[in-house]
Amino acid sequence: MEPVKNTNTKRMNYKSLLIENIKYRTLLTEKYKQRKPFQKKNIKELNAFLPGTIIKISVKVNSKVKVGDKLLVLEAMKMKNDIVAHIDGTINNIHVRVGDRVKNKQLLFEFE
Amino acid sequence: MGLKRKTADLKKRMREAVKGGGSQAIKKQKAIGKRTARERILSILDNKSFHEYDLFVEHSGRDFDMDKKFLPGDGVITGTGTIYGHPVCIYAQDFTVAGGSLGWAHAKKITKIMDHAMKLKIPIIGINDSGGARIQEGVNALAGYGEIFYRNTQASGVIPQISVILGPCAGGAVYSPALTDFVFVVDQVSKMFITGPEVIKTVLGEEISMEDLGGAWVHSETTGNAHFFANNEDECVSQIKELISFIPWNNEHKAEPFPKKPPKTRQFNIEDVIPADPKLPYDVRHVIKAISDDSEFLEVMEHFAANIVIGFARIAGQTVGYVANQPLVLAGVLDVDSSDKAARFIRYCDSFNIPLVTLVDLPGYLPGIDQEHAGVIRHGAKLLYAYSEATVPKITVIMRKAYGGGYIAMCSHHLRADFVCAWPTAEIAVMGPEGAANIIFRNEIKNAENPEEVRKQKIKEYKDKFSNPYVAAAYGYIDAVIEPKETRKFLIHALEISGQKSQIVPVKKHGIPPF
Repeated sequence: MEPVKNTNTKRMNYKSLLIENIKYRTLLTEKYKQRKPFQKKNIKELNAFLPGTIIKISVKVNSKVKVGDKLLVLEAMKMKNDIVAHIDGTINNIHVRVGDRVKNKQLLFEFE
Repeated sequence: MGLKRKTADLKKRMREAVKGGGSQAIKKQKAIGKRTARERILSILDNKSFHEYDLFVEHSGRDFDMDKKFLPGDGVITGTGTIYGHPVCIYAQDFTVAGGSLGWAHAKKITKIMDHAMKLKIPIIGINDSGGARIQEGVNALAGYGEIFYRNTQASGVIPQISVILGPCAGGAVYSPALTDFVFVVDQVSKMFITGPEVIKTVLGEEISMEDLGGAWVHSETTGNAHFFANNEDECVSQIKELISFIPWNNEHKAEPFPKKPPKTRQFNIEDVIPADPKLPYDVRHVIKAISDDSEFLEVMEHFAANIVIGFARIAGQTVGYVANQPLVLAGVLDVDSSDKAARFIRYCDSFNIPLVTLVDLPGYLPGIDQEHAGVIRHGAKLLYAYSEATVPKITVIMRKAYGGGYIAMCSHHLRADFVCAWPTAEIAVMGPEGAANIIFRNEIKNAENPEEVRKQKIKEYKDKFSNPYVAAAYGYIDAVIEPKETRKFLIHALEISGQKSQIVPVKKHGIPPF
């Protein structure tokens, strides 16, 4: 059988990976290639924390709300979950309507 | 009735029972490329070694007209047998009988054979092919699962537990395999998930196929739930048998020794495998093959976190567990997945008296926000915990890079390795030369007339002074610097003289590893 030589002589789909300023030639895994870039959470936005259905919205655009005020009810995981304001402010935009089915992390409200 | 008639009656009863779900259901099973439960058991065990238990057990469902149904063996076949002469307990769920669903009697057959395995101190192999809980039996089905999980946990680290997924294994049922030592899956056959595609579609409105959600490849490559991936049932059977040959019957014994065989050095020559430039990759499995008996290596979790390689081989006839950084993939870094993977394997080897051989060549931990936020601190800590806790002989070979936290984590003397040697190509330092020079000589570089030139010069200075094994050797942190081609000789010697190793550990109920 062919003796095994160090693998960099073969044609493989090598990429470089920078660690502590040193560039290594290496293969990347699918998981690494598909990692998502970090996105900072926008404090002015409120997102769904579970996938579910909107069954009630208790505020309107331009409503003034305080931390803890109930904004809508999201039915998810067999529970009617209150979604409450996480900051004081004015509702700028409502992105959902009663009856809508939302995905996890879907945008619900924008604050001013 | 005379003896003859009674015997004839027994044979008739047995014929009825071994039919399983009947020809129609068996046809269906075969049509999708699956074997029957009985064929599976027979293909794994030595010829004529299978001894069946509880063939005549009947199910205990009384509601929803279940009392009028006859379910042969209640959908699971249990018994004992041998693999290459090693005794094992085995059970296989029979999908042709009520979809292999788990009722109370079905579960009792499984727990009985598990108890048997614990009493006899021999491995247990479970073949999973089941639609899940038998809904008609209600909470009794849940009780059955719970009894199995409890026994899995009690048996963990006492007898080897092997799970083979040869069909669906969904909902609560997945937790029995997850609690066992090794999970075998077969492409297109195995399906494992907590909630299936149907539920995901109704609840979340997201569509995904069973294969993409919880098929064999997903669990081998993405989730790390499976340890061995096979393309078909035949390959899976040979993997199981090979694994059994490497491991002991229980935690009081060592794996059976094999006749000593030299590696195939013509094919795997250690000096040809390693590039001198530390930035260039190579396949560390070739190093393992260059130093192991007959160049035979049974890799575990080949496709998951391929930046670390784990698996079994023999050195001078004795089973060892290898943990090796893989420069071929992600430069061999430690990250969340590779730490998890290696730590569990180390604990397996420690439980079952298998010496650990660690091959070190890593640039450090994978930098990244995703890693930090995925908890690389607590996952990385598992590796430190597992190595520190292990009391089996621990032998470490530092081949090239051993920087920073990675140096400590990869079974350094500080974590109580019994033998640490390094090759002359080793670079043992607090960090890579580039990074170190940038920090130590920051001001000199900044204030220089020609910063780039000074930087290069300082990097070289640092490299000359620290990028070698001799600083660590001077402090006694490594025991010896050896030529790469001496590695096998070193390992054989280390294993020989550590055969009687015993280590006293502080009395405790159990530790609290960073799970």
